[in-house]
Amino acid sequence: MIPLTHYLILGAILFSISMVGIFLNRKNVVILLMAIELLLLAVNVNFVAFSHYLQDTAGQVFVFFILTVAAAESAIGLAILIVLFRNRRSINVEDLDALKG
Amino acid sequence: METIYLAIPLSCLVGSIAAGLFGRFLGRVGAHRVTIAGVAISFVLSTVVFVDVMRGNLFNGTVYTWAISGGVPFEIGFLIDELTAMMIVVVTFVSFMVHIYTIGYMQDDPGYQRFFSYIALFTFAMLMLVMSNNFLQLFFGWEAVGLVSYLLIGFWYQRESAIAANLKAFLVNRVGDFGFLLGIAAILYVFGSLDYATVFEAAPGAASATVADTETLWITVICLLLFLGAMGKSAQVPLHVWLPDSMEGPTPISALIHAATMVTAGIFMVARMSPLFEFSDTALNVVLVIGSLTAFFMALIGLVQNDIKRVVAYSTLSQLGYMTVALGASAYAAGIFHLGTHAFFKALLFLAAGSVIIALHHQQDMRYMGGLKRVMPITWVTAIIGTLALIGFPGFSGFFSKDAIIEAVHYSEQPAAGFAYVALTLGTLITAFYSWRLIFLTFHGKPRMSEHDFEHAKESPWVVTLPLILLAIPSVVIGWMYVQPLLFGDFFGDSIKVLPEHDTLAKIGAHYDHGGSVAWQMLTHGLTALPVILTLVGTALAYFMYIQRPDLPGKIASTFSGLYRVLMNKYGFDEFNEFVFARGARKIGSFFWRKGDESVIDGFMVNGTARVVGWFSSVVRHIQTGYVYHYAFAMIIGLFVFMTWFLSS
Amino acid sequence: MTFIQFAFYFFASVLIFAATMVVTIRNPVKAALFLVLAFFSAACVWLTLEAEFLAIVLVLVYVGAVMVLFLFVVMMLDINLTRLREGFGEYLPIGGLIAILMVLELAIVLNSGGFSEEQFPRPEGHPETYSNTKELGRLLYTFYVYPFELAAIILLVAIIAAISLTLRKRPDTKYLNPADQVTVRKSDRLRVVKMPAEKNEPQP
Repeated sequence: MIPLTHYLILGAILFSISMVGIFLNRKNVVILLMAIELLLLAVNVNFVAFSHYLQDTAGQVFVFFILTVAAAESAIGLAILIVLFRNRRSINVEDLDALKG
Repeated sequence: METIYLAIPLSCLVGSIAAGLFGRFLGRVGAHRVTIAGVAISFVLSTVVFVDVMRGNLFNGTVYTWAISGGVPFEIGFLIDELTAMMIVVVTFVSFMVHIYTIGYMQDDPGYQRFFSYIALFTFAMLMLVMSNNFLQLFFGWEAVGLVSYLLIGFWYQRESAIAANLKAFLVNRVGDFGFLLGIAAILYVFGSLDYATVFEAAPGAASATVADTETLWITVICLLLFLGAMGKSAQVPLHVWLPDSMEGPTPISALIHAATMVTAGIFMVARMSPLFEFSDTALNVVLVIGSLTAFFMALIGLVQNDIKRVVAYSTLSQLGYMTVALGASAYAAGIFHLGTHAFFKALLFLAAGSVIIALHHQQDMRYMGGLKRVMPITWVTAIIGTLALIGFPGFSGFFSKDAIIEAVHYSEQPAAGFAYVALTLGTLITAFYSWRLIFLTFHGKPRMSEHDFEHAKESPWVVTLPLILLAIPSVVIGWMYVQPLLFGDFFGDSIKVLPEHDTLAKIGAHYDHGGSVAWQMLTHGLTALPVILTLVGTALAYFMYIQRPDLPGKIASTFSGLYRVLMNKYGFDEFNEFVFARGARKIGSFFWRKGDESVIDGFMVNGTARVVGWFSSVVRHIQTGYVYHYAFAMIIGLFVFMTWFLSS
Repeated sequence: MTFIQFAFYFFASVLIFAATMVVTIRNPVKAALFLVLAFFSAACVWLTLEAEFLAIVLVLVYVGAVMVLFLFVVMMLDINLTRLREGFGEYLPIGGLIAILMVLELAIVLNSGGFSEEQFPRPEGHPETYSNTKELGRLLYTFYVYPFELAAIILLVAIIAAISLTLRKRPDTKYLNPADQVTVRKSDRLRVVKMPAEKNEPQP
């Protein structure tokens, strides 16, 4: 049967890929948001795996909440993106340096 | 009785506040009435208290607790014993006289109400000082009289010299007060209490305590520090420099503060602290040496002064030296006795000088006086009485007190007593000489002022002459009345403590114990003793030089021009202070300002901090790009570093 | 190799492939579609863990709603794709290095024995009568009821935030406030003006 480690390694790989995605896509905020979704998915994979191997449904409840928050987050993120595009005519991350002050 | 004790200082305070704050509404007459009424009440009550104390009713209690800090109570309290009773009578009497005198002296001054407010406030402060039963209140009174002295020396604040003089008085007193405060702190540290009774009770036990691991005795340290305070207040060498300059103030002030009362606060304080001083031979010897230096060398300066008030001021310094010597010789009673007699006759002399100054329209230079005895008979007679008392002419009050001091020093076994004896004995010669010089130059000989001035000179009004007469009476009789109980009886009871081996007065007393009046015996003995002979020699010398041969003094001055110049420059104390302390302090100040303030505090700490922050942020700002992904990178790399760290550990 | 094992490794491979494509592909539309594939595979992986409810929620909510939202946004925005490609691989070396090191470190940790099969044996499957949904529901509505309410509030906030962020008033649109229409009064609309009657005086 499939050992727990395989699920965990799957999560780790997924996590690393989305991290690389953040490094790579410095121009496109949409893909950055997608990479963040993937990060959360990697975490969720771990939760579900542990939940199953420990026979504790609380892990799945947690995933449920993470999904909720992630959905809210992506909704707001996309809304911000639209406002941003409306004001700047661009979603290029390199144009966004207002934080520099 | 407690109410009476409280009323004595407070009636003066009320008068002072009324005249000071509401002087405008009260008017000139109202101001002097209310203050004089306050002081008169004080005087009457003081007399009542004095009589009561003579009956043996002593009091030591707290009236009000101001604060309790660290278990040490800060209280206002009164210690009423023989010493206090005598002091309050002297203080209020002289103050009363001066108040009356001031009406005449300050007649035309615009600061009339202010002046009355100040002197009444001074009386209050002085009474608080002498009635105190703890060191805190003593210090309060001490500083308060210093403050009023400052205000009064600079009373004519538009005169530059007055401002300089009051600043000088304040600064010099600061040196003394610093020592005094340290002394009080040391007392609190060693005895854990500020209450006189507690401290004095513990003093014999603490006499052998030493400072840390050294050989120095705590008691010596305390006494020397306290005496430093006394040196400042009572103008002992080298902290005497402020007193002659304080003559810039109005004459009533010179009489009240700088002759009769405030300057004797140091003497009073040391006498009050006799239970401490008795246990430190070192301190007593220091007191002896300082006192005799003051007594002798200040008298010498008095020889060459031309300002009438300054001559009296230097004689005050010299007499304060005598009192200090008495303290050093453990003859506290003699010191206090001299304090009392001196208060009367020196106030008298000052007021007489003031009377002359009024008559001559504020001319103070004796070189432009002379021949005034016919126009101002009352002033002349009273001044002569004051002078006789001052020089210790047998029978006058000064004779008894001063002779007792010299005899006490003679019998003292302290190492410094020999020197002190010589200084004091020679001092009587000089005292006699300059005192008579003052009288002869002012009242005798030919008038040296302009015709016009001489014609306008007239006897002063009764408010001036009345105090002169009233002060002249005790100057004559007080010695007869009190020499026996004060010096050889047990007048002071437990208020002054003298160790048996130091008790010089007892030795003198044994000498006179042949039956009959002690005063009379002193008189007969004094006539053949060295001091009186020297006094008479000094008198004769002055008569010869200023009446018979008025040309001689000038010749002598030019012959010994070097010595004359040294005396005119007052041994260069002022110059020394100016060069060493004032300029040194300015140098140190400017050093600390340049190096400490500008480079270290401003340059390094204040601006340095700002510059480090600025530099740091100018470096760090490069990290802040404003790009969100850079922050994301930072987070990821941070996460990675943490993972690696956990893994490796 | 059982079916479950096969399914796991197959969908895991698809998941990794799809995730790689999401982050590397230039076209955001294609990226969104690959993200859909990735979530779908993940849902299948979760099925092998008997998390049926979550798997179906992932498909329904994420694939059905969130990803469609992504697609909408991507298509609605007029994105200059050529500009987006500039400097693509600039941070690839460092990003890749960190990612590989991280995977290696995690692999070391995971293979250190702490998560071995002896410690975490795969549990027996649930009986056929077991309902994952029912079990989750029971937990959510009893033990986790307050967090559940909070999650609802978060979603509400997200809705309000998204709307208020993107809502804008265009100055050129003709717009009437319904509330004003309802509360209108007669006096607002009609004004009676008194006019004195004019008479034509006959000319004399």
